[in-house]
Amino acid sequence: MRRRLPVIIAFGIGFAMLIQYFIPHPRSEEFYNVIVQQWFIIIYAFMYIFALRSFFMHHITKVKKKKEGYIFSAVAMVSVLFMLLSGLITSRGPFFDSLYNYMIAPLQGTMFSLLAFFIASAAFRAFRARNVQATLLLVTATIVMIGRVPIGDYLWRGMPDLVEWIMTVPSMAAMRGIRIGVGLGAVATAMKIMLGIERSYMGGE
Amino acid sequence: MGFWQRFLQLDRKWIFLGIAIVVIIPLIKPIGLPIKPTKPVIDLFTYIDTLGPESGPVMVVTGFDPSTMPELMPMEQALLRHCLTKGIPVISFGGLYPAYIGMAKMAIDEVSADFPDKKYGEDYVFLGFIPGVSAVILSIGIDIATTFGNDYYGTPIDSLPMLRGVKNYSDISLVVDVSGTSTPEYWLMYAQERYGVNIGVACTAVSAPAYYAFLQSGQFVGMMGGMKGAAEYEELMARKGYPTGRRNATIGMDSQSLAHLLIILLIILGNAGYFIVRRGERRRGIIRRKR
Amino acid sequence: MLIGLLFFFGQMPITVVARTDSISLKPPTNLRAMDTPNDHGKSITLFWDCPLDISNIEGFQIFREAADESLHLAGYAPVNKTEYVDQLGLRNNVEYQYSMRSINLEGVVSIFSELSPVVTAYPQWFKKNEVNILIMIIIYFGLVIYFVRIARKGKKIFLRRIPGLDALEEAVGRATEMGKPILYVPGIWPMDEIGTIAAMNILKPVAKKVAQYESRIIVPCIDPIVMNVAQQTVKEGFTEAGRPDRYNQDDVFFLTSAQFAYAAGVNGIMVREKPATNLFLGVFFAESLLLAETGNATGAIQIAGTDRVPQLPFFVAACDYCIMGEELYAASAYLSEDPRLVSSIKAQDWGKMAILISLFFGSVFSILGLRFILSWFSAG
Repeated sequence: MRRRLPVIIAFGIGFAMLIQYFIPHPRSEEFYNVIVQQWFIIIYAFMYIFALRSFFMHHITKVKKKKEGYIFSAVAMVSVLFMLLSGLITSRGPFFDSLYNYMIAPLQGTMFSLLAFFIASAAFRAFRARNVQATLLLVTATIVMIGRVPIGDYLWRGMPDLVEWIMTVPSMAAMRGIRIGVGLGAVATAMKIMLGIERSYMGGE
Repeated sequence: MGFWQRFLQLDRKWIFLGIAIVVIIPLIKPIGLPIKPTKPVIDLFTYIDTLGPESGPVMVVTGFDPSTMPELMPMEQALLRHCLTKGIPVISFGGLYPAYIGMAKMAIDEVSADFPDKKYGEDYVFLGFIPGVSAVILSIGIDIATTFGNDYYGTPIDSLPMLRGVKNYSDISLVVDVSGTSTPEYWLMYAQERYGVNIGVACTAVSAPAYYAFLQSGQFVGMMGGMKGAAEYEELMARKGYPTGRRNATIGMDSQSLAHLLIILLIILGNAGYFIVRRGERRRGIIRRKR
Repeated sequence: MLIGLLFFFGQMPITVVARTDSISLKPPTNLRAMDTPNDHGKSITLFWDCPLDISNIEGFQIFREAADESLHLAGYAPVNKTEYVDQLGLRNNVEYQYSMRSINLEGVVSIFSELSPVVTAYPQWFKKNEVNILIMIIIYFGLVIYFVRIARKGKKIFLRRIPGLDALEEAVGRATEMGKPILYVPGIWPMDEIGTIAAMNILKPVAKKVAQYESRIIVPCIDPIVMNVAQQTVKEGFTEAGRPDRYNQDDVFFLTSAQFAYAAGVNGIMVREKPATNLFLGVFFAESLLLAETGNATGAIQIAGTDRVPQLPFFVAACDYCIMGEELYAASAYLSEDPRLVSSIKAQDWGKMAILISLFFGSVFSILGLRFILSWFSAG
């Protein structure tokens, strides 16, 4: 029963949600609201308690054992508590907004900006004309990189139009093909889970 | 070890330094490369440009957080400037996730400061975050006032003059989702397919290729992709004589142009080094395993 | 129009004195009303024919009455419309009737049109306009079940090689030889996403291999439910390998729920712990290149897999192996070689073949002007 009950629940809820999509009646919408907006949110809220426990246990262990970088574990724990208490005490007022605008926002922006540097080093290392396919990728990437910036138009008037053609014809065709496959795969995986054929994610067979 | 072998093992720190230099220099000494608008941006611009004060409002949805702000904030500001210049009523919607409301407020505050003659509640309104994602999009299709209740500042929707004749999507001219994630697909699924409202997209350069299919089928009226898309929109605004503000995207394009050129140069040199080293190894009879 | 809009939200009876012009302004004709189909009720759709001369008409006012509601302004439609959906203040199973009149820019109105037939709004139990989707789902389900049954009879089904999955064993072995851990990043999306479920499906055979090789696996998680499932999955993998004693719950932990903070945290783990093998499997967004490039800098062998198409180029550039799109979903079947799982992939292939055939014939028929096949695939 311990193995069967999760499968029965997965089938029941999965099938119900599938049927719910085709039923516009308010009773069906209420069911969707209860499952998605209420149960889901309640489960998530409680799971965050476990997540915080895991977070603190992980970092406290690092500090206790003085593992490499344990100072940053201490900083992480202090930061979490500081933000949490700031939000609770000030009721998300201007001080909390300042923490978001002047600490979190710049940090997020900085991490994202690393992509510019990393793409350069990745391109230098990986874009080698080792074979025909790699050469084709290399040439196309070069054309698109030039055409997507104003200097492309400056070098050749037709460059932006060539790039638009690449984006709207071969690139889009490839995207569509992969998306169709992903869509079918997603439906098949969901079906396997509903029917109990796929059980690896449950952590027991 | 020969020069090219050393070059192929170039420490990435030098590449990072090169990128930093080519990005910073144009910001200090702009080059002023010309921007040529492309069709997806022209389509979006033209659609909005044909609207006016008597049209239904344009809803600008903020769907990005600080990480994608450099790319997407210029787009949102350009859209807001365009609408306010033309006198098109604007509904600024703070987004489907709580992380986006700060960005929405930043955009509307900065742009509205440049239009002191425009009044809040009459020319533009700012709606806050409501949880629910797809449920919110669907609910707007029924009744905006019931969905939101109040605006971001707590004012009842019913008391805002601009929204008195605006009930749902049938009264809205266009919804533009300025997004760093996949939320345009939600607007497509729930707003466009179900209620028939026109949708425009302003997205990151990485996401843009995925939306060309929807552009081609006419499901999106137009698209701004990446910082170049924002720069093209600013260029179209400038050509029409509309106020463009600081043109942050256009300023950034010089840096992006040089960065792209540097990457292309590195790729060319890397391949040159690859072939030279390989030829040298073949001459010395070193067997290389095919990858 | 202004007068009409002022009373838009009200159920005020017609006490406003609007100047009527019965000569030059004509009301709409042939007013029909029906319950809006395929919806949750409280919605009525109106159709009408415009007057012959609309040159001085700005729009149409729509009035509604019921047994307990006097005739009042319920909506407004611009002159170029011949359809309106009334959704404000309606009740289900109540009989309504509608009437309309034209209005010009000066606020002068025409006489009322004839009342529409009585109409009632009610919710539907089935979306008839999406029956084609239901049929396709049933056919696809049928295909999957059919091939599962064939597989149960013992028929061998061919699966092409997926190099990224074949390399998993080599990657785990390499980490064991070097005495370094394996880093498994299950993506940044919650458990309700198919890509994350696929990542958990791959985690178990990987954990089993790690246990067999007596190595160590680190799984930082961005979502609390994913963390919980990952802990159970890794524990089961170790138990199945006969080494439950080697399972360390501290190695499967919650890192943070913010995207770039997670990327920074995982990068820190890669730089400090220096895993020999990095596995990036699941749903990724902008942080994909940050993770892959940092991992490359540490010299690890990297296998990545995602169903997010825009991130595939970054993984292809920075990783040794890349599992693309639906290959990620097929991984569980590929690794376990369970006939029931493998057979579902066959059904996917048949589904794709059906779509290819439809694309071909749909294109041909569209060129010939026959668009009926398009309607089979349209929703709504």
